[in-house]
Amino acid sequence: MTESMKSSVAVPSSRQRQLRMTDEIVPDNRPSLWRRFRKAHGITYTVLTLFACIWIFPFFWMILGSLKTQREIMRIPPTFLPQNPTFSNFTRWFTELDFGTFFINSAIVAVVTTLGNLVFCSMVGYALAKIDFAGKNLLFGLVMITLMVPSVATFVPLFVIITNMHMLNTYMSLILPFLTQPLGVFLMRQFMMGIPDALLEAGRIDGAGELRIFFQIVLPQCKPPMATLAVLTFLSSWNNFLWPLVAAQSNKMYTLPVALSLYSTGQQATDYSILLAGAVLVVTPILLLFIFLQKYFIQGVTMSGIK
Amino acid sequence: MRRDRNQSSDVKAMTVLRRRRTVIAWGFSLPFVIVFVLFMLVPLLSSLAMSFTDIGSSDIQTPFNVNFVGFHNFMSLFSDKQFWSSMRVTALFVLVGLPLTMAVALALAVALNKGLRRVNAFFRALFYAPVVASTIAIAVVWRYILQNDGLLNSLLAIINVQGPDWLHDTRTALPSLIVMATWRNVGTLMIIFIAGLQAIPTEVLEAASMDGAGEWTKFRCIVLPLLKPTLLLGAVLQSVSYLQFFDEPFVMTEGGPLGSTLSASYYIYEKFGFGQYGISSAASYVLFIIIAAVSALQFRLMRNKDD
Repeated sequence: MTESMKSSVAVPSSRQRQLRMTDEIVPDNRPSLWRRFRKAHGITYTVLTLFACIWIFPFFWMILGSLKTQREIMRIPPTFLPQNPTFSNFTRWFTELDFGTFFINSAIVAVVTTLGNLVFCSMVGYALAKIDFAGKNLLFGLVMITLMVPSVATFVPLFVIITNMHMLNTYMSLILPFLTQPLGVFLMRQFMMGIPDALLEAGRIDGAGELRIFFQIVLPQCKPPMATLAVLTFLSSWNNFLWPLVAAQSNKMYTLPVALSLYSTGQQATDYSILLAGAVLVVTPILLLFIFLQKYFIQGVTMSGIK
Repeated sequence: MRRDRNQSSDVKAMTVLRRRRTVIAWGFSLPFVIVFVLFMLVPLLSSLAMSFTDIGSSDIQTPFNVNFVGFHNFMSLFSDKQFWSSMRVTALFVLVGLPLTMAVALALAVALNKGLRRVNAFFRALFYAPVVASTIAIAVVWRYILQNDGLLNSLLAIINVQGPDWLHDTRTALPSLIVMATWRNVGTLMIIFIAGLQAIPTEVLEAASMDGAGEWTKFRCIVLPLLKPTLLLGAVLQSVSYLQFFDEPFVMTEGGPLGSTLSASYYIYEKFGFGQYGISSAASYVLFIIIAAVSALQFRLMRNKDD
């Protein structure tokens, strides 16, 4: 080991000079960027590519299946490409299975929940980051405790409470419990702590009230964490399952995941052409959002994970 | 004398100001506090209270008109074989799924931490994509792939292997769910780990290379120890979510075959469905305490990192 190291240290001095000379004479001799790259990372990227193919395969298989006819999808062994590609599975979702209602329910719940979180989490975040007041530690403690409570621990009494508030099977029941999320409060507080106090003082000297300072000075600075928060909230609301499953009690209130899960365990359990089309319809909006707003999704993970 | 009076009026002004600030700050926090009290604190306390009563679905309109039964719910819980089985399933899911997810995520993170930035961003997005997709949609696709005459067994048949009926065999159902959960969740940990890897100063690694350390030695002796806090944090985050797994068995196996995929969350949901709110609450409290203990560990880790 040491010997080989020594030699590798000793030799280059002369070789380097040689190399440099040839470089000057025939610069094309230098391995191309692509070559050097392939030499250094070729194996890694080959393995990664193989892995990536396996990784996205389920999505491919989902799309292919959704385009097959009901008869073709029953075929054993399964065909790879759809032989008579058809959109009838999708149209059936609209005509027979009331996709429009489920989609609108999911969209209303996700959008309102997101807007609520943006406004309310920023407000608490501002109080915690920039105002010195009695009970601040208590409030922050509440936020941190809330972070730890999983929905599975509260859904049974929540169901009793919502029933007695006569809100079961309404949009309210799907939105209200998620209207402010502790993670959002935490995110906004962390970011706002970085806003210089001098900026706020300037506003105060000009006679602006706290509300005006909040809306006109602080919020405009907070676009990055708000984008992250919006994306995180929308995602978790769109994919939320356990609570909507409990709180939505009729066809007209089902969100997309609830509808799909009930069809997939009910009468349509073996009709995969329609189930896969449903899966495509559930996944597509959020995947599109992910492709266009990737940066914020990734930021959301690093910010919520590392804190 | 005069100065004294001035000072005391200053102090008075300060307290008035602080009182005003306190009112404003709690005003800002009001929406959060309402949501917290109504949909988090009250359910959490009622859940505890309910677990000591015989509350059932018939008491839903009169939740205060129930009998106190002491530890009866917990006693029947701890003598219920199915409860222990659900705890065992959950433990297995976490103990096997977590190391698997972490290992794959770490391998991907290491591979994506060097090389071309643009290409890496593409791969990163690709491996993260399953995280944003609804678990329900994903579960439908995987059930389609894993069914007895599905794609996987058709592929195995080509090489003359008779695959088991993955989701209906007590030996393979849970492992199948674990593999699927790994596939779905690797993305989150991968991104957290990449962030951790990027925080490792390059000088340290360069110094090691100068000393003749190979890639593997560098990884084992430098990267892993420096990454330990990130790895622990990732482990905690992921185990909290794995402890609550519910969506996958709900769609793919309905807890079967023979309860071999009936998770703790599923058990709680099932008891709720049977109208046994008392037992359901008791079980949810047991799970909550386990999750809170794991989360408390997370707080300790975070605090250590700040020091």
